[in-house]
Amino acid sequence: MRVVVDFDLCESNAICMGIAPDVFEVRDDDFLYVLNETPPESMRAKIEESVQRCPKQAISIAED
Amino acid sequence: MTESIAVVGASLAGLHAARTLRLEGFSGRISVVDAGAHMPYDRPPLSKQILTGAWDIDRVVLPAATEDLGLDWHLGTRATALDLDAGTLALAAADGESTLSFDQVVLATGAAARRLPGTDDLDGVHVLRTLDDAVAVREALDGGAHRVVVIGAGFIGAEVAASCRSRDLDVTIVEALPVPLERAIGAEMGAVCARLHEHHGVDLRLATGVDGFESTVGPGGRRHVTGVVLTDGSAVPADLVVVGIGVAVNTGWLEGSGLVLEDGVNTDATLLAAPGVVAAGDVARYPSARFGQALRVEHWEHAVSGGEAAARRLLAEQRGEEPAVFDPVPWFWSDQYDRKIQLAGRPGPGDEVVVVHGSTDEFRFVALYRREDRMVGVLGMNRPRHVVQLRALLDEGIDWSTAVERAAAL
Repeated sequence: MRVVVDFDLCESNAICMGIAPDVFEVRDDDFLYVLNETPPESMRAKIEESVQRCPKQAISIAED
Repeated sequence: MTESIAVVGASLAGLHAARTLRLEGFSGRISVVDAGAHMPYDRPPLSKQILTGAWDIDRVVLPAATEDLGLDWHLGTRATALDLDAGTLALAAADGESTLSFDQVVLATGAAARRLPGTDDLDGVHVLRTLDDAVAVREALDGGAHRVVVIGAGFIGAEVAASCRSRDLDVTIVEALPVPLERAIGAEMGAVCARLHEHHGVDLRLATGVDGFESTVGPGGRRHVTGVVLTDGSAVPADLVVVGIGVAVNTGWLEGSGLVLEDGVNTDATLLAAPGVVAAGDVARYPSARFGQALRVEHWEHAVSGGEAAARRLLAEQRGEEPAVFDPVPWFWSDQYDRKIQLAGRPGPGDEVVVVHGSTDEFRFVALYRREDRMVGVLGMNRPRHVVQLRALLDEGIDWSTAVERAAAL
């Protein structure tokens, strides 16, 4: 799976970082950085939770 | 055998309940009932992007509403009664009344904006709760309203004020309390939020109430607001008034159903209100072991997680499985001007607040709330990374000195 963030929507609420800190990091510049765009399948549940919990609906999963 | 589930209320909580039921294996009929005419939409943009004009109106539809979940939609349909013995809902729509049978039901009817008395027939005075409300305010702004009075400096009022200031309009906020948001974040932090408004040119009137309105009669014979009369005797000119004074839960329709309705639908710790009946979102009042009291939480994330938990409670009942306790740490955000305010936990009166990072003068900081030897809340302004990491400590339950140590290390 590939993690896709719409940075026009992202407002750095950092909810995703709270759920999957290995994948999402909001840094001190207040920007979100996707640390791993192709996380392992074992992380799917956490990524899906991030998708649902993002207040801006800015995250999606692309299946390549 | 559960064949049909009714979900009453199609906003965040109801929609996520329906979605979770379907995705976690319920293959029967899911009927979603909502009094509004719109497909489920998100609320945060109503006080921000919709008012500033940054978003077109159709952009607020919730993505989950467009997923292929095989839901039976009953929009523009008001639930008027719940008969638990018969397992039926009484419904009223434009084309008449009907009855909907269910084996299980999710109650997610939320709350309605409180209005000021005497304003029903006064044009130019609005509440902001629904998409229709937001569109009406936006039309007033697009139509040239340029003197805005916001009544209530809570989060809705604050965001409306900020959105109107971004359109370069004169804005006055009238707040009855001496400090805004005192109940939510305490007086000290509320004062920081007050300064934020003043920093952005808002005329903030604290410890002041509304005595009445000035108005003129237009050519069509309708009254339109021209000013707000305050309890200090002054009058503020206004061609647009937005009232943000809180909400009242939508439980009137449940009177006589047999459910306990003390400021919401009362549930147990698993969101169950009665066999086969769960509640979620703004309407649900549940016992929190974490906070040692019953809570009714009006936050976005709470509605999403509550809807999911309510669905799982029904599935557990169907499957004879052990239900899970619902007792999350409340989390909330508010975007005002160029600031993002985030709050995790539930500060109470008497809690001490300590700034552990940054500066309130610069409106960029993190503060922790202390109750005895525990950390009970985190408030951040433009420090999302810190808030989310400290929020994780709240989930674990953390003592004060450890919290302060960890905060210093961030």
